[in-house]
Amino acid sequence: MSSWWRSVEPAPKDPILGVTEAFLADPSPDKVNVGVGAYRDDNGKPVVLECVREAERRIAGNLKMEYLPMGGSVNMVQETLKLAYGENSEFIKDKRIAAVQSLSGTGACRLFADFQKRFRPDSQIYIPVPTWANHHNIWRDAQVPQRSYHYYLPETRGLDFAALMDDVKNAPDGSFFLLHACAHNPTGVDPTEVQWREISYQFKVKGHFAFFDMAYQGFASGDPERDAKSIRIFLNDGHFIGISQSYAKNMGLYGQRVGCLSVLCEDEKQAVAVKSQLQQLARRMYSNPPLHGALIVSTILGDPDLKKLWLKEVKVMADRIIGMRTALRESLEKRGSTLSWRHITDQIGMFCYSGLTPEQVDRLTNEYHIYMTRNGRISMAGVTTGNVGYLANAIHEVTKSA
Amino acid sequence: MSSSSSPSDRRLSALARHLSSPAESPVAGVSASITSSDVGSVFSHVVRAPEDPILGVTVAYNKDPSPVKLNLGVGAYRTEEGKPLVLNVVRKAEQQLVNDRSRVKEYLPIVGLAEFNKLSAKLIFGADSPAIQSNRVTTVQCLSGTGSLRVGGEFLARHYHQQIIYIPLPTWGNHPKVFTLAGLSVKTYRYYDPATRGLDFKGLMEDLGSAPSGAVVLLHACAHNPTGVDPSLQQWEQIRQLMRSKKLLPFFDSAYQGFASGSLDKDAQSVRIFVADGGECLVAQSYAKNMGLYGERVGALSIVCKTADVAGKVESQLKLVIRPMYSNPPIHGASIVAAILRDRNLYNEWTIELKAMADRIISMRHQLSDALRARGTPGDWSHIIKQIGMFTFTGLNAKQVAFMTKEYHIYMTADGRISMAGLSSRTVPHLADAIHAAVTRVV
Repeated sequence: MSSWWRSVEPAPKDPILGVTEAFLADPSPDKVNVGVGAYRDDNGKPVVLECVREAERRIAGNLKMEYLPMGGSVNMVQETLKLAYGENSEFIKDKRIAAVQSLSGTGACRLFADFQKRFRPDSQIYIPVPTWANHHNIWRDAQVPQRSYHYYLPETRGLDFAALMDDVKNAPDGSFFLLHACAHNPTGVDPTEVQWREISYQFKVKGHFAFFDMAYQGFASGDPERDAKSIRIFLNDGHFIGISQSYAKNMGLYGQRVGCLSVLCEDEKQAVAVKSQLQQLARRMYSNPPLHGALIVSTILGDPDLKKLWLKEVKVMADRIIGMRTALRESLEKRGSTLSWRHITDQIGMFCYSGLTPEQVDRLTNEYHIYMTRNGRISMAGVTTGNVGYLANAIHEVTKSA
Repeated sequence: MSSSSSPSDRRLSALARHLSSPAESPVAGVSASITSSDVGSVFSHVVRAPEDPILGVTVAYNKDPSPVKLNLGVGAYRTEEGKPLVLNVVRKAEQQLVNDRSRVKEYLPIVGLAEFNKLSAKLIFGADSPAIQSNRVTTVQCLSGTGSLRVGGEFLARHYHQQIIYIPLPTWGNHPKVFTLAGLSVKTYRYYDPATRGLDFKGLMEDLGSAPSGAVVLLHACAHNPTGVDPSLQQWEQIRQLMRSKKLLPFFDSAYQGFASGSLDKDAQSVRIFVADGGECLVAQSYAKNMGLYGERVGALSIVCKTADVAGKVESQLKLVIRPMYSNPPIHGASIVAAILRDRNLYNEWTIELKAMADRIISMRHQLSDALRARGTPGDWSHIIKQIGMFTFTGLNAKQVAFMTKEYHIYMTADGRISMAGLSSRTVPHLADAIHAAVTRVV
């Protein structure tokens, strides 16, 4: 009797997570990992925030490990909505937001995609070019057809605003759009506030639905309120939006898988209905979400001192990254590179879309043991005062003949 | 904005703001006409979903103010004092994790914590399982039993030639929903015989015998939920032979290993006889009950393949199912399990605590059975002792169940399933009174 699975093909390696695998396998002492978007301190070490350690100390020993409700921790969700919608948001007061705890940002996007498929089966999703690779997988597995809209302009290494607006105008009325609330992944290119207002206005004209993926609130500018500006603009303009929020980066809770999916509804009754349907989708995927990470979040955000500490620690992380952007750019300019590197400091958040070609990236890996994704995306979190010179030198070497 | 205004006041004034002053384009001069986003939400047609029948029981229980209320709904273990239990070994393992400052919370790999996966496979298949030794088992960490079933179901829907799964009648309420959303079509096979309150073995063999070749068959490894009725070892052997002869693919749901008989090895026998014949199968494991880790969502999906090469390819495809669902699984619960399973002392302590839980449940079965006999409650209640695991399928009908909830504040699922883990010596008499009343007064 032969295997049922004889015909199963080996799947291709995940392009992002595969980079770290390759990095770990490399024995070179000079190796640098600027692949995965996980924060590192200036010694290149992963960081557990002090506010998180303190929260864990408080939680351990007291813990009952009962099932959370299908919609997750109510406390955690409430605190999380405040971050996105505003501390005194009328939408929270009026209970108009359908919200459930999710498995970080991925889980929130997937729940929304499944919900979209079930209740708007004729809809499709407009996704920016480029975007985080897994976005495509998520909406594909939810069986929602995908379209793309212009976003990144390679010539300027900035936003292709005119083409973006054209795509918004040309899309059929009532289209669904995926927007990165701040710190666009992988480019680091965000619309300005003025541009966001125009996008919001055009969305109103067209009746489009805006779904925000906010994975870096606090991490982009250092100020969570500032990083939520795009969302607040849309809310003010009366849109009924959806939001995916993640604590993976801004609270360093990566492996705990903590996030939140919210959908703004017309009224409380509708919010109850939508939430109940989101819960049904969760029930069929994992029944109810994991407890530990949610407790950490609600412990921190529910305690004014811990929350203050968290905000301070987020700013430290964001500031270090902003500092490394400046250092990398200056390092390249000092080496006499004739190319423009201002995009390194113009871009924001964890990632820099360097403009390096796949061939140049391969040279960086093969000759210099520098690991990044082949689209030229550099995770600035992996840059330190210790390696920024080496990195700048290598980039200069592979680009100077370009 | 006045804080004393009502939600509808605020809604109206927001709407008025949009309607009264023509919205101006930031680009100047152009005003927007009323658009569909002023008219309403794109999800306004969504209706409220019915309460989950199992989890809804706890919701109703929580609302009840009665001091004698009893929650026999969800299968979550309770102590003799009626309290949830965090195992001592779990506390110890957690303390270890908290004290270890070198621990970080980075992303796990897509397939989860490697050590956890290895140890979980050994737990269900046996430490010296030849299948493990020849590397033909792939194990991936998933979100408890539900997550393991869903990931396994989705894998089958994509890669397996026969997309039908047979589930026993009855089964855990969430099974058909999980598999349907995974993309499989769901059929049933006879399992429970209401006349005997035992196994309808003849019906089971007939239905599996007439299933199309290659169909997937869901099997409860032990402590069938909701009935508590398990095949004997001899019956399992006959099921195995029939399934292999018809090339039916076994998909085990193992949510109660160690919890059923008190012995981890004994409760894994059904799975192990299938693996021992060299054939392939899927196994979903949960640590929710046997390690009391409910809310941490810890489980594993194992696929036993013919060869190591096939197992490698299968694992790579499982990753493609997982990545667009939640990228990688949560770290905390798996770390606790690994800490316990890898340490001989903690492991032994765990087996003792596990046996204590199983024994308490068996004791509750005997106490309830004795209490009904003492009241002279009509009917044969021997199934209370014969059934195994956390649940008893009482045989009470929906009207009787509703009566017990209304008059005695006893909460259970409408199919008459009670969680023995929710009982204590103190509350058995109240339950016995309620059953007696229901059986004598409600038909």
